[in-house]
Amino acid sequence: MELTILLLIPVAGAVLIGLLPERAEQNARWIALLSAVAALAFSLFLFFDFDSATPGYSYVVKERWVDISSFNLHYHLGVDGISLPLIVLTTCLTLASVLISFSVTKRQRLYYALLLVLAASVLGVFMALDFMLFFMFWELELIPMFLLISIWGSGRKEYSAMKFVLYTIAGSAFMLVAILMLAFADGGSFDLVELGESNVSGALLPLGWVFAFLFVGFAVKLPVFPLHTWLPDAHSDAPTAVSVMLAGVLLKMGGYGIIRMCVTIMPEQAEDFGIWMAGLGAFSILYGAFVTLRQTDFKRLIAYSSVSHMGIVLLGIGALGKTSIMGANYQMLAHGVVTGMLFVMIGLMYDRTHTREIAKLGGLGRQMPLITTGLVFAGFASLGLPALAGFIAEITVFLGAFEKFEWAVLASIFGVVLSAGYILWTLQRVVFGPVKHDWDGVTDQHQWWEHTVAGGMAVLILILGLYPALMMDTMSGSVDQVIARVEEVQS
Amino acid sequence: MRDYTIFIPEFVAAGGAVLIIALELIWPRIRRDILATLTVLVSLGWIGASLAYIGMGDNNFQGLIQVDNFTTFFRILAGGIIAVVAIMSATYMRDRAKTASEYYGLLLVAGIGMVYMAAARELITAYISLELLSFSLYILVGYLKRDALSSEASLKYILLGAFSSAFLLYGISLIYGITQTTYYDGIADALLARSGDTDAAAVVGFMLILTGVGFKVSAAPFHMWAPDAYEGAPIPITAFLSTLSKAAGFALILRLFTSAIQVDAVEWRWAVALLSAATMVVGNLMAIQQTNLKRLVAYSSIGQVGYMLVVVAAIGYGDPEVGRDASSALLLHIVGYVVSTLALFTAITAIYNRTGDDSIPGLRGLAETQPFLALVIVVSLFSFAGLPFFAGFATKLFMFQSSTTDGLLWLIALAVVNSFVSLYYYLMILRQMYLFDPPEGAARWRLNPVMWCMGAALIGATIAIGVYPGPFFEAAAHATEPLYQQGADLLVQR
Repeated sequence: MELTILLLIPVAGAVLIGLLPERAEQNARWIALLSAVAALAFSLFLFFDFDSATPGYSYVVKERWVDISSFNLHYHLGVDGISLPLIVLTTCLTLASVLISFSVTKRQRLYYALLLVLAASVLGVFMALDFMLFFMFWELELIPMFLLISIWGSGRKEYSAMKFVLYTIAGSAFMLVAILMLAFADGGSFDLVELGESNVSGALLPLGWVFAFLFVGFAVKLPVFPLHTWLPDAHSDAPTAVSVMLAGVLLKMGGYGIIRMCVTIMPEQAEDFGIWMAGLGAFSILYGAFVTLRQTDFKRLIAYSSVSHMGIVLLGIGALGKTSIMGANYQMLAHGVVTGMLFVMIGLMYDRTHTREIAKLGGLGRQMPLITTGLVFAGFASLGLPALAGFIAEITVFLGAFEKFEWAVLASIFGVVLSAGYILWTLQRVVFGPVKHDWDGVTDQHQWWEHTVAGGMAVLILILGLYPALMMDTMSGSVDQVIARVEEVQS
Repeated sequence: MRDYTIFIPEFVAAGGAVLIIALELIWPRIRRDILATLTVLVSLGWIGASLAYIGMGDNNFQGLIQVDNFTTFFRILAGGIIAVVAIMSATYMRDRAKTASEYYGLLLVAGIGMVYMAAARELITAYISLELLSFSLYILVGYLKRDALSSEASLKYILLGAFSSAFLLYGISLIYGITQTTYYDGIADALLARSGDTDAAAVVGFMLILTGVGFKVSAAPFHMWAPDAYEGAPIPITAFLSTLSKAAGFALILRLFTSAIQVDAVEWRWAVALLSAATMVVGNLMAIQQTNLKRLVAYSSIGQVGYMLVVVAAIGYGDPEVGRDASSALLLHIVGYVVSTLALFTAITAIYNRTGDDSIPGLRGLAETQPFLALVIVVSLFSFAGLPFFAGFATKLFMFQSSTTDGLLWLIALAVVNSFVSLYYYLMILRQMYLFDPPEGAARWRLNPVMWCMGAALIGATIAIGVYPGPFFEAAAHATEPLYQQGADLLVQR
């Protein structure tokens, strides 16, 4: 029941906005803000109310939904320590996206309604315990994303939006095949709880293939080299709020899927593919970092750094150890907040300078001290400065994975060094250096919502950096259950 | 004993058709809207009368016509389609043709043709019903006499239709030559008993029948007439062609292929699978290049026919269990497809009435000028593309899943790939409506409340089938039951 309410809060907001008459268009933002705040408050309530000691899932709803010959689908929602932090991340970033969108003036009703539908579909992905329901939410997210990027974006927005949709759809085709294979195998089901406990066998295709199909579906979203090429385009052409949602929560759907589906349902195959996942992860870290060094567009730069950072998630999952998976999950939260904040700051900067070319920017520390402070802060968090969010996550992953894949971790650490390089170099070019008089007279951040978003996200980064136990304790029990599945196979 | 009571629903429909035509003869200045309203009432009466036959046992007329749940299903479908098309036509035909009574009368007559295609258990009866439907459609497609495109479409349709009828008849005669009967049951028994030396004739006969019905449902490579006919016909008739005429084709196929020639499935199933593969690929690839909305819908519906043929192939490859599930899923898919198509055409008709433009760029900025219709179009297109929460996703999922048999994995895979490809061209339409500003001087306009309600009801149904398909599937499963009760006895013998 609780989860249904949480799911319905943004939907209700979207419906209300849809009912607004045209002359009251200005009020759309307030309705969106209200429902984003309500969703955040409610998810925080669930987060603190959640008892990490309970095994399995909490707040479960299970209603019969479709019962047709061999299809037994349920409206089945529930959360555990792995998904709940991601839900809180989603509601936090939804609020940030709504606030940062206050400067949008074009077709506001449709804009906010789509943003809320997007939030609802992502929440649905993290809550669904029925594979088909999961898939439906997974696909639903495409519709608002396509429209948000192609209407409110910039640059080659239509191309990017279409590329995003086609990549995801292609990945989902594989995923859907895998879902059906799993559901109709011996011991199979659409129920993720059952799938997570039984050992599936006798599928129509060998289980290794099924695992690979699922993995491809999630890897497109994560994204993993070589399936990442949609990301820089989508990121750089999307409006600020959508970049925040995209980097902050949509990529996490991929990592969440790999942990929840690939590893938990098919631990044996995960064990076999572990070395490939770790290898791909390490390669993505390095490849992403090298490509990032060459970027001249600020948003593209952050997009490629996301490829690098999400490689850490994959490395952590591939190592299949408790510490490494905790680290991977923590990295998703940290990356969500840190990259979200980077996109917010770049968005604020872009609103004023109307360029994202790093070469044209420069010496902005003088002209917009507040924005650049936020940028430097988020940049430091991104390169993994101790006491900030990214550090905890990276160190946990590396510690967890070191024993098993020494080579991968050593290579990845070099990637982290590179990340310090590109972040510091970029900050130096944009923030410091000689003052450019082209930018004389640009305003600094001054609206209340701009302060709220920048400040709020900085606080989140500090909390994640200074008090990791808050999230780690929540995750621990559920990660233990995943690990138990893996160890069962190993022994 | 001859039991004429099983024809009562069609007496209602045919009587209504005669009444409508007579009304305009007696009273030439009658308002067209009244005729349309009358058509709607007659088709609702038709549905009402059909409901009485649900679950009634063996209602057989001389072994020619069988009224069972399967027939009832298509009676209801026909009534529903005609009612919606009549409402659409009311605004469209008002100032485009001099007379309208034949138009509405023929809608009903075509519906009767469809019902008997579903009910026939004898080849000649099935053929005559098919011709009844086809002749009504030939006239309806060319109804706008002064419009060259409409006449051209009608002529092409007649020529190719006659051609395909010849194929069908030739196939029927070959089968008759082998089996000495035209009754489905008799054919099944005779095919079972036949010796190997009639193989060649049987295969040729099956192929010719397949060609004939392939033309009717516009399966590639027999699809050439469809885009022209769709483009030239009055818009409500395009809707009629792509819903009723296709559903009728599949009604006939299901009845025939699950009973009479099921026993010789080995001889025809590979051809159906190839036909299905060709149809979905051609339909989807050609759709990508279209600029006219009606032509695009024509090709996209050809693609949909390809998916539906997967089920027919599965009936050939699988056991009765597979066949029954797949046929039920096909009926469900037909309902979802019909509802989405009608929603799309409701919107296209309303837009055409307003702007007189049925090209895809003509939809430019529709989200600003008429957001409700843009929503209707989006919902129906997403349903065609098979996005979750819309009818097409659920129905295609059941259809492909239940058709999965060992020999057909490649076809299912192709179908899945195709349905993802199709999203591309549907998004191109979406792009016109949502991404671009409306042309200069285009103002927001109000929609006729009747059309508004109909659009809302149809997208409501599309979403209902997509979100909660259970009851709809159950209805479809009841409708296919009789097919397999008869089929089961045959299969025991096989």
